[in-house]
Amino acid sequence: MTFASLAFYVFAGATIGAGLGVILARNPVHSVLFLITAFISVAGLFVLMGAEYLAMLLVVVYVGAVAVLFLFVVMMLDVDFEELKKGFADYIPLAVILGVVLIVEIGFTVAAWRFTDSAELARQHPSPTAGQVVTDPTGPNNVESLGLILYTDYIHFFQIAGMILLVAMIGAILLTFRERVGIRKQDVTSQVGRKRAEGVEVVSVPTGKGIQG
Amino acid sequence: MEMGLGHYLTLAAFLFSIGAAGIFINRKNVIIILMSIELMLLSVNINLVAFSQFLGDMVGQVFAFMVLTVAAAEAAIGLAILVTFFRNRGDISVDGANLMKN
Repeated sequence: MTFASLAFYVFAGATIGAGLGVILARNPVHSVLFLITAFISVAGLFVLMGAEYLAMLLVVVYVGAVAVLFLFVVMMLDVDFEELKKGFADYIPLAVILGVVLIVEIGFTVAAWRFTDSAELARQHPSPTAGQVVTDPTGPNNVESLGLILYTDYIHFFQIAGMILLVAMIGAILLTFRERVGIRKQDVTSQVGRKRAEGVEVVSVPTGKGIQG
Repeated sequence: MEMGLGHYLTLAAFLFSIGAAGIFINRKNVIIILMSIELMLLSVNINLVAFSQFLGDMVGQVFAFMVLTVAAAEAAIGLAILVTFFRNRGDISVDGANLMKN
């Protein structure tokens, strides 16, 4: 058994185990931590496949942002999670049946799967500079070759991805925004629009007497 | 033993099924349902990267990049809706999500 296959089985086992942990854990905080484990294991698998850029993206985006977001929400919401676990056992048979059926169906697909004749042709004409990633050690590395096609042939994809994130950001802010009543807030318009007459009062003070407020 | 495409596809199939089963097991807890969806998207990403690498075509990784972006956006929006829902109702049970029906 080579080191690569050993690493694959370790990461794959960790992924499956963590996936089961996500859906079976009693405490949602544990579910989030299992989710992080699954993401990191899959990042390891991506490195194993040579997709270093996506592996790092997975760690930064999923573990660094999405999982932490989940963790925040789980801890912020004061939910009685025991209450939500009621009826958990009722659905287990249904879920197991569904899972097994899905596995068998995908298994049929994978077992009967083969390359079509045109796929062979496509493999001989890969995307620009992409074919050298695995075969030619002096060729561009993963990040370089991804950048070469992402910023040229797929620039519109890239820009649409940015737009999706922008819309998601605006949507998330809009959804969670709420106007609070009864708090003191700075009102710049009224501050700037203030006239001298309502701000300053000129009083002549008699000598030795002062003024009564 | 040589690591083939089949290994990765099998792993992705298992992960996808776990995610799908998770949606059914945790019928009430929306947070876990969102996490199950993340697991399913992750398994799709494994498939895309595996095909990309074993067919020698980088476009698959560009597509995985898109899936990743959409998954992040979906998580942000989903959790925002969840927080709003919790503010309105005081719990996050899916069974209680019938405010619009009445």
